[in-house]
Amino acid sequence: MLRAERVWVSLDGAKVVQDVGLALEKGDWLGLIGPNGAGKTTLLRAVAGLVPYAGSIRIEGDEVSSLGRRAAARRVAVVPQIPVIPPDTTVLEYVVLGRTPHLGYSGTPGPRDVVAARSALARLDGAHLGDRRLGSLSGGERQRAVLARAVAQDASLLLLDEPTSALDVGAQQQVLELVASLRADGSLTVLSAMHDLTHAGQYADRLLLLDGGQEQASGTPPEVLTEQLIARHFGASVRIVADEEAGIAVVPLRPPVEAEQPVS
Amino acid sequence: MATAGGLRARLSARPERALRGVSAGWALAATAFVVVSTLLGLALGPVDLGLGAVTREVLSHVPFLGLESSFSGTDDAILWELRAPRVALGLLVGAMLASAGAAYQGVFRNPLADPYLLGAAAGAGLGATIVIAYDPGGGLDLRPIAAFAGAIVGVGVAYLLGRSVGGSGTTTLILAGVTVAAFLTAVQTYVQQQNAETVQEVYSWILGQLETSGWSDVLILLPYVAFSSAVLLWHRRLLDVLAVGDDEAASLGVPVARVRLLVVGAATLGTAAAVAFSGLIAFVGIIVPHAVRLVAGTSYRVVLPLSLAFGGGFLVLMDLVARTVVAPAQLPIGVVTAFLGAPFFAVVLRSTRTVGP
Repeated sequence: MLRAERVWVSLDGAKVVQDVGLALEKGDWLGLIGPNGAGKTTLLRAVAGLVPYAGSIRIEGDEVSSLGRRAAARRVAVVPQIPVIPPDTTVLEYVVLGRTPHLGYSGTPGPRDVVAARSALARLDGAHLGDRRLGSLSGGERQRAVLARAVAQDASLLLLDEPTSALDVGAQQQVLELVASLRADGSLTVLSAMHDLTHAGQYADRLLLLDGGQEQASGTPPEVLTEQLIARHFGASVRIVADEEAGIAVVPLRPPVEAEQPVS
Repeated sequence: MATAGGLRARLSARPERALRGVSAGWALAATAFVVVSTLLGLALGPVDLGLGAVTREVLSHVPFLGLESSFSGTDDAILWELRAPRVALGLLVGAMLASAGAAYQGVFRNPLADPYLLGAAAGAGLGATIVIAYDPGGGLDLRPIAAFAGAIVGVGVAYLLGRSVGGSGTTTLILAGVTVAAFLTAVQTYVQQQNAETVQEVYSWILGQLETSGWSDVLILLPYVAFSSAVLLWHRRLLDVLAVGDDEAASLGVPVARVRLLVVGAATLGTAAAVAFSGLIAFVGIIVPHAVRLVAGTSYRVVLPLSLAFGGGFLVLMDLVARTVVAPAQLPIGVVTAFLGAPFFAVVLRSTRTVGP
C-alpha cells in the first residue's frame, strides 16, 4: 500500500531524513516515534508529497512526487500537528473542505459532498457539532472536526502528526479510539507520529524509532519500546511495565537527585 | 445588539445555505441595494431630476412596457451624458475595489489587507504625480495611463522581490509590498515637493474623484473589471480552502502558488484600472468585505459576490454625498468614504461578535 525506500529529505541544507524505508500493507497502523527533531514530521510531509525528497515513496504503486497535487490528496489525508482553525467557519463547512480533491478547480460542493461530510462527522461521533463554529469547540471536539475533514477526503492513507498533543488524557484516548475504529474495517491505513510512547505501543501494530533522521529500530511495540532504546534516544529513564490487559506502559522514572540545597 | 446577528440568522439560517453560496434573501437585498443606489445617484444632484421621473425615463427604454418619458432635452442630457456615466463608473470602481479587497484578505489571510497592499497605491500615486507635475494641462490626459502603469509596476516589483527573497509565505510578499510602497512614496513626495505649485492637484487626485469625460472612461474600464471579477469569482471556493493555511490547502490538493498568483494578478489588474480613473479611494476595499462578512457569513462564496454588489452601490451613494453636500463644489470621494464609512463600519463591528479574514 505504502512503500518507501531510501528516502532522504534536506531542509535548508540539513539532512533531516536520511535513508529511511518503510512498508505498510492495507489496514496497517505504523507509529513513528523519536525525540523532538528526529524527522518524524518531515517524513510524514514527504509521504504526503508536501516536501521534495530523494529516493522512492510509492502509494498504491505510484510515486508520490509524480502524482499531481489533487491526485495525491485523493490518496493521502493529513492531520497536521497544529491545524489552522478559521474560527468563524462552521464544523460542517470545515469538514466539506475535505472534499476539495474530489471537486474540479472551480467546482463547488454538491449534495453528495455534504452527505459525505455529514457521514464523516457521524463516524467520529460529531454529528451534533455540524452547526457549531470552530472557535467555540473544545480541544477534543476540534480534533474530531479535523479528523472528520480527513475522513471526508476519502483517502486510503491517513497521516497523523501528533494527533493528541494538545488534549487531556480523556480526549487523547477518545481520539485514538476513533482512529482505531476508522481502521477497523480494514480499508484505512494509518501512519502516525506519536509523542506518547504508551499510546504508541497500545494503538500501533508496529513502531519505527527515528533519531537524527535515521531509523534506529523497528518492529512490534515490545521490540522497540525497551528501556535501553528509550534511554539512548530520548535521554529518559523509564520503566517498561507489561500488563496482560493494558499491554505495554512506559512509565517515566525520576532520576535520583542529591539532597536539595536550601535557597539563601 | 441583535440586529446584525439576527439578520444573519434570518438570511442565512442553516450552514447548508453557506455551502450553496449566496442565499436568495441576500441576492435580493444586494440587487435592491444596487438598483436603489443607482436611481438615487441618477436622480439627485445640483439639478434634482426627481426619482419618479428618472425611474420612468429609465423604464421607458425597456421594451414592451409602453412607458413614455416626461423628460426635456436638457434633463435628458444631464441624465445620460453627465450622471449615468458617473454612476456607472462608481458601480465599476466600487465593485472592483471591494472584491479586490476581499480577495487580498483571503489570499493573504490578513483582515487588514486592502487592494493597495502590494504597492498599487504608491505606484499609481507616483505615476499620476509625475504627469501632473511635468505635463500640466497636456492635450491628452495621461494621468490614467500613468497611474495604471505605476500600479502594475509597483505590484510587479513587489512580487518579484518577494519571489527572489525565496519562501512561498505570504509575510515575505507583504513585506516586499511595504518596501516597494515606501520607496515609491518617497519618490512621489520628492517630485511633489519639487513642484509645489501642483500640490493641490496631486492631493485632489490622491483623495479620489469620479469625474468622467463621459462614457468612454466607462467603456475602457468595463473589460478590466469584468475580467478581474470573473477570475476572482472563479476562485471563490479555493479562497475558502486557503483559510486553513498554505500547507493544509496543499494537502487538500490545491495548487497554492498558482491560485495566489492568479488571484493577486486579477485583483491587481482590476485595481490598477480602477485607480487610473478614480484616484486612490481609500477604505472601500476594507469596510465593504468586512461588513458583508459580519452580516452575511465568512465563506468567500458569499463574500466575493456580495462585495461586488454592495461595493458598487456603496460607492455610488458616497459619490452622491461627495457631489451634493457642498454643491456646486465637490468633496473628494475618498474623504467621504472614510468620513461616513468609518462610523458605519464601527456600528457594524460593535453589533457583531467577531471579525476575521
